[in-house]
Order: sequence, then C-alpha cells, then structure tokens
Amino acid sequence: MAVVKLASGYNIGVPHAHCTLLAKAQPAQAVHRAAIVQDKNLPELAIISTGGTIASRIDYRTGAVTSQFDAEDILTAIPDLAKVARYRAKQLYTILSENMTPAIWQELARAVHAEIQRGVTGVIVTHGTDTMAYSASALSFMVKTPVPVVFVGSQRSADRPSSDNAMNAACAAAAATSDLGEVAIVMHATTNDDRCAIHRGTRVRKMHTSRRDAFSSIGIPPVGFVEYPSRAVTLSPDAIRRGEQKPGLHDKLEERCGLVQFYPGMGEMVIDAFEGYKGLVIAGTGLGHTSTHLIPAITALIESGTLVVMTSQCLNGRVCDRVYDTGRDLLKAGVVEGGDMLPETALVKMMWVLGNENDYDKAAALMQQDLAGEYNRRSGHGL
Amino acid sequence: MDYKQLGLLAGIEIHQQLDTREKLFCHCATTLRDTAEHSGEFFRYLRATESEMGEIDRAAQEEMKRDRKFVYYTYDTTCLVENDEEPPAPLNDDALSLCLTIAKMFGMAPVPQLHTMRKLVIDGSNTSGFQRTALVAFNGKLPNGGTIETICLEEEAAQRVKDDIFSLDRLGIPLVEITTSPCMHTPEDVHEVAEYIGMVLRSTGRVKRGIGTIRQDVNISIAKGARVEIKGVQELDLLAEVVAREALRQKNLLAIRDELMAKGASVDENRILDVTDLFRETKSAILKKAKKISAITLPGFAGLVGREIQPGRRLGSEISDYAKKCGVGGIFHTDELPAYGVTADEVIRVKEFCKAGASDCVILAAGASAKQAECAIRQVIVRAKMALTGVPEETRKMLEGGSTAYMRPLPGAARMYPETDVIPVLIDEQRWNAVTVPELLTVKIQRIAAKFVADYGFNAAFATQVASSEHLPRIERAIADGINPDLAASTIVRVATELRREGIDIERLFSQNTDLSVLRAVTDGKMAKEAIRDVFASVASGISLEDAIKKLAPAVSRADLETIVRKILAERAEFVAQKQKAALGPLMGVVMAEVRGSVDGKVVSEILKKELEKVLTKAK
Repeated sequence: MAVVKLASGYNIGVPHAHCTLLAKAQPAQAVHRAAIVQDKNLPELAIISTGGTIASRIDYRTGAVTSQFDAEDILTAIPDLAKVARYRAKQLYTILSENMTPAIWQELARAVHAEIQRGVTGVIVTHGTDTMAYSASALSFMVKTPVPVVFVGSQRSADRPSSDNAMNAACAAAAATSDLGEVAIVMHATTNDDRCAIHRGTRVRKMHTSRRDAFSSIGIPPVGFVEYPSRAVTLSPDAIRRGEQKPGLHDKLEERCGLVQFYPGMGEMVIDAFEGYKGLVIAGTGLGHTSTHLIPAITALIESGTLVVMTSQCLNGRVCDRVYDTGRDLLKAGVVEGGDMLPETALVKMMWVLGNENDYDKAAALMQQDLAGEYNRRSGHGL
Repeated sequence: MDYKQLGLLAGIEIHQQLDTREKLFCHCATTLRDTAEHSGEFFRYLRATESEMGEIDRAAQEEMKRDRKFVYYTYDTTCLVENDEEPPAPLNDDALSLCLTIAKMFGMAPVPQLHTMRKLVIDGSNTSGFQRTALVAFNGKLPNGGTIETICLEEEAAQRVKDDIFSLDRLGIPLVEITTSPCMHTPEDVHEVAEYIGMVLRSTGRVKRGIGTIRQDVNISIAKGARVEIKGVQELDLLAEVVAREALRQKNLLAIRDELMAKGASVDENRILDVTDLFRETKSAILKKAKKISAITLPGFAGLVGREIQPGRRLGSEISDYAKKCGVGGIFHTDELPAYGVTADEVIRVKEFCKAGASDCVILAAGASAKQAECAIRQVIVRAKMALTGVPEETRKMLEGGSTAYMRPLPGAARMYPETDVIPVLIDEQRWNAVTVPELLTVKIQRIAAKFVADYGFNAAFATQVASSEHLPRIERAIADGINPDLAASTIVRVATELRREGIDIERLFSQNTDLSVLRAVTDGKMAKEAIRDVFASVASGISLEDAIKKLAPAVSRADLETIVRKILAERAEFVAQKQKAALGPLMGVVMAEVRGSVDGKVVSEILKKELEKVLTKAK
C-alpha cells in the first residue's frame, strides 16, 4: 500500500497499482525556528543521548525516522530546559534500549566520566526506559562521580502533547544542578504531572509497561523528589551529596555473566547451559530457592569455577538460604546469598566485580558488600 | 433576509456516537456516568507538538497562550487507555462495520486501507492531546443534490465537567463524523439536511440516543465573508437559527469594515500606553486589583466597537474573546464607558492621556500580571486589525440562543499526525460487499404504519405514531405475546409519554419488563386497564408490581366476579324485575364500585350481561 496524505491532513492507504506518478513531490522547506539562546550565566550540563525518544519525531523532510540531535533540537522540543541550565549535547548512540550491551555501558561510562572531568555541573543521560535501570546500575559501579549523573526518558512518545518527556527532562535538569552526587534515574513519581522521583541507580526497577510512574525504588525510598512545575529539589538524608565522591572510572566488565529466573519444573540443562560462564545470578523463589533437583547441576557449575549468586524473584526483601533444607543445600553447594540486591543489579554488579577481581573468594565477598548503594545491610521495615 | 443575495454557503459536520459495546480503542464499556461516582482524579499539562512537517498548528498555538492544568475524573468503567497511560487497543472492528454500513447507506466509496491519525486538540478534552480519527469513506449523496465529502470514525472527547476539569467516561466512545460539501444556501436547507442525515443514522438502530449523543458543527460563509466553523450545536431545532445569526454577524462585520474604511480607521501598535496609574483610586474592582492596565487607542473605531453584530454580541465582544485567551476576564472600551464602576471623569482622563479624539475608541486590558495585560492588549490589536479586513476565519462555539463566541483559529492540516500505535486496517472488496444496508427509517415507518392500519384497524395518524415510536420493538413483542394490539400500542406509546412528562424513569420500568407484566395482568383480568397509569407510577416509586396491583387494583378472579355479580343481582332483584334489560347500565356502576377498578369494564359488562340474562330467563 502507498500512504497518501490528503489536503485535509488525513492519510489513507492506496494500492500501488492504483497510483499514477504525476510528479515527484518537492521536499518542503525546512521550517524556520527561532534560534535558541543559551543563558551563559546558568550552570553547564552535559546531555548524552543514547537514542531515547525524548526529542525524536518522524521527519518526512529527510525521510529519516530519527532526526538529528543537538542541543538546539532538545531545547526546541523542551523550551523549559533553557531556564535551568546551558547545555552541551553529545549523541553517543541512537538505539532502542533493548539493544543496549555491556560494551555500550562501558562507552557510556567513559563519555560520562569525560564530561565530569571537563567540570560540568551535572550529566543528563537520555535513555530508552526498557533497560534504563540496567544502564544506571552499570554506571553506578563504573563511574565514581562528585556530580549528579541523571538518567531520564519518557514513557509516552515525545511526539504527543501529553508526553512526559518535557516534565521528566525539566526535573532531570533540576536534579542535575542540585546537591545530589550520585547516579540516579529521574522519572514521574505519580500519574499526575506533579513531581518526579529521584531513584538511586542500583535500587530502581521499571515496574509497569506503560504508566508514567513506571519506575520504583525497591527496598529503599527514592533518594529525592523534584516538584513540578516549581522544579524544587528535596533530597533524602541518605542521598549522596555533591562533592562527596572523587571522580573515578573503573570501566572493566566481565561479560560472561548470566541471569536466570527459576521456575517450577526447570530442567538442569538450563543451568548446564551456563557452563563456561564466569558468573550466574539466579532469581530464586521466595527466600532464594531452586528445586532440590537442580542442586547437583548448580554444584557442578560452581565446581567448574562459576560464581553463583542467589537473589529473589520477590524483588522485595532479602534472601535467606538458612531457613529451609533446600536453602542449606544450596549454600553447601557454594551458592552466595545476594542479600536484598535486585536480580538485575546483582547481574551488572557481578560483571563489574568479575571484571575487576580475578580471585574467586574475593569476588564472592565483594558480591556481599555494598559498593554503590545496591546492598542494604539492614532491611528497613518501611514503617 | 435574502440569503441568496448574501451568498450564503453552509456545510455541516455531524458527529454521532455509535452504540457499540466497547470503546473505539479500548475495551471499556461505552456507558456515561454521573460525575459524582468518579473513583479518582489526576492532572496533566499539555503542550503543542510539531507536526510531521515541523509546523505547530495555529489552533494549538492559540491554546498554548496560557499554561493550563487539566484535571481528569476516572471511573471503575475507565482504564489506563483513557488515562493516556497505555497504548491503544486495535481499532474496534464492530464500530468500523457500523461506520461502513452508514457509508454504504450514503452511497460512499470506502478507502482501500484505513489509517488512524492523531488530530491535535490541546484544549484538555483529550488526555493524549489528540483525538484519534480515521477517514473511512468518500463521496456520498444527499437528496438535495449535495454531497457528503467524507465519513470518519473518531473517538469521542472527554466531557467538560467545569472549567479545566474533564470526565473520562465519554472519552473514547466511537463516533462517526459526516462532513457535507458546502451545498446549503439557506438556514432551512441546513436544518433539512441535518435532519435527513440524523434519520439515516438512526436507521441503523445502532446509534446512541439522547442529548449530546449527536452534535452538529456548521461551516458558514457569505460572499466576501469568511469560513467560520461553529462547534457543538446539540439541538437540531437551533441549527437554522445559528446559521441565520452567523450570516447576520458576517453581514454586520462587513458593514463595520466598510465604515472603518470610510473613516480612515487604523490600528497602530505604537499607541499602546500603560494607564495603570490613572486607575489607582478607581471604584472598578477589576481595574483596582489589576497589576497592570494597558490601553490601545483605535483611531476611527468610536461607536463601532459597541455596535451589535448579532443578538447580545458586539464587535467589542469579539475583541474581548481574543483577549480572554490570555486569561483576562475581558476588556473595557470607551463605547460602553462610563460603566462597571468606571466614572465619566476617569473616561475623560484616559482619553486625554491617550490623546484620543471623538472618533477614536480606547480599549483597556487589565491583567493580574504585566505579562497578562500585555498579552491581552496584543490580542486586542490582532482582532482590531481583522475588523479592517472584514470577517476572520475562526472556530466558534455556540452560546445559548444561537449566537456564538470565538474559540480558536480554524485548524489546518498541520494538526494531523499519524497514530503510530494503531495498525492500518484493510477494507477490501470482500468486506465492503458483505456490508448490508438497513431499511431507511422513513420507509420502515410507512411500511409498518400501513401494516398496523390493515391488520389492527388503527387510524393512520396513530399507526404512524406507533410505527415511529422508539418503543416499537416492545410493542411488537407484546403483540406477538398475545396482547391486544390496541392495548399494547396505546399503553406503551401514550402511557409512556405521559409518565415521562411527569418525570418518571420509564426506561427503567421498560428494562424490567414492567410493561409486559402489566399488559399481561390486564389481559388476564387481574387488573383493569383504567389502573395502568397508576400501577406504572407506583412501580416507579419502588413498590413491587404485585403490591401495586393489590393496592390499586385488588385481584378479582372471574369466579369472584361472578359471585359478586350474582350477589348484587340478588340484592337488587326488585330493581332488576322492574327495569329488565335496562338494569344493565346502572348495575354496571354498582359492580365497578365494588371491584374498585380492578377488573376491566369489558369483562364486568360481559359477566353482568350473562348473569342478568340468566336471572331474567329464570323469572320468565
């Protein structure tokens, strides 16, 4: 079908066979936009784009699906941003976030670190929401930052008037100029356009497929909030403050790590498939279990040198393999309890730990230490 | 008015809600709710976005003049799609079928493949900031020789509760938008065409009924005037009046333009002055609390700003509508001053300060902020300049009575954007050929009325009334159930009308099949038909049907009735002997009083006659 745009603006589909070429359409003149003036007196933020939809739109003039991306494009799409800061924009990638890889996380970490070294007030990373939590977690381990490194995206595409992109971006910019000093995700806190939550990069998870407030902090409250439209930032006492950390880059990752969710009836060949991996995170049931049937396969995997860490598919709460027989058998097999770490965070952390520590026992010990706010020593009861 | 001479051209857009089970892009029911039942609320801001071509629609731009926060009511019958928190479901295929049926009824040609578009509307009535719409068919015929240009399948917008609060129950109900060519030349033409289209739509039996379920937009222009779109005329009877008033408005605006030209009037942006200080001590509450008051002097405009252009509306009202887009309550102009707490003295001072002559008009805009006052006075300039060229192209909303007020500029094609979340739908020959066209309501009414006259001996007028009744299916069902046709028809048509006028919820009674039960009781001799109205009213007030019959028309069986009749005949043996057959009439009254209306008079008369004959035969 050929898509025909009528004078009324409607599109209809017409079979190619019914179409006659009269003349080729002339490319329309690019619409003149008012130049964006950046205020030199405002703090400088770096915006690093990985291909999120935050400033993209269909562009029939060029025929490209994603338009070019520079500071002017973002500021045209989200004029509110110009009130908060001035910007340097860098387009690192234009990919959908499900196509992210550990190699891209590393490249992103280097780019963020370079901006920090340049002395920017904060860094904003625009990112697709699907795997944003993995990337934020990865950067939390790889980049030590004295300034805010804020991931932001949108759940509703930027080409709709109701998009959450403008508010999320405005709040991200406010967070990036605030007193925060860690890697965070800033997204809608509620379905209203009233506030964004600042989530710690290692304790956050996308918990809804489509809602604006899809992101939740798990196991801890958000480390801060940004009110909208006032853009007032409040940080929790636990939030790491600007300047507390010295800049640093530790960008080694061991990619041969896996994550598997146990399910009733799971066969040992699933575990066997990870033979040769340096590490495996299991998202077990409840307190951190697999079936007894799998224990020999897990034992064999560990004996072959794979580090196995247990987390829970409950997401909320801490694993404890000392309560039931199965758990004790898993511990006996050499499984390392992952505390209250989120399964995805545990995977990313494992890549980082095994990338930086060759000794099996030291690596196992690191998995049980808090390195970037990912591992709570205590379980606050939330009351 | 001679509309031909005026060069009146009108076209209409009819929006009719379809009676489908589910909404157009989600699986929620299409039921309207009482706003008091809302289960929650949330709020959002909307922003104008660029079109595919990189433009911002001028109508959307206008709505963006002020930051608006929109509040939405949710219900247990709405979902995340209405909340703009979930991508749309595939287009409701039942709604498409219905739309194709309507298209075929108008002899239209379907599009080979339907593409859902986003029509940018950022007045808050759509949580997404756009209305999803798809062009389904082209080129239909109207009996007046005009054409129906297009039929579109759209989602209904959210209902405004108040100001910037909207209710999501209505959002997403499927509706068809039928657009005619500008083929009408008098207000009456417009009424007729709208009525015809409405009839065709109702012929499907699948459109929603009641106030607000059908709305007409009218496009009107006169020679040398401009196309003006008037939105949301809900009552068919007002349509002609709206058209007539718009023709009048355009004629008067053209006359004003000619006078302005003759007077050498002009609009000069350099004649804006800050007059805040002149009103420090004013008695006008609005001016006193204003942070800034801006004034513009319009040379040559005196007398014309205050001139009426349609009932209740002046050029000043038009200017005021534009200023209101900045959030101000309105404007003041010297054609209407002194008034509203502004004294003659203050008027003189303002005119002096602005160096306004006798033929000049000064307009004041008071803002809660300097920015607001400046925005408003700039809007005044925009509209005043338009007065020099005649009639501006606009989208307007109807006011009570049929006059109109400015809403926004006419939207352009820039407001259309492809809905990337909905997959295009193929309408192939096979599907189109399978669409069956229902009988037109007018034809059906004639046919059924003729049948009623022939089969049941109804008079022609009553037969037509019954045939056009919305309750025809109930009547037909009652007749099929063995109820006397006259009883069934008159009860359902007349009693229903009577009770509805008294404010009784007749639909609820019908939905519980009270009509059938009552008719059955009458037929079985359990109650007299004289008691029907009262029994209906009692049931509506919450009493059970059985109790209502017992109370208003206690059950008297045929056997009971025979006993009563025999007893009365025995008691009045002397009277019977004296009057013979003539006793029937007076005794009828006695029996009816005894059974208190619980038995049909016909049955009483029949039994009384039989028993009387028995007595008289015996006596012989």
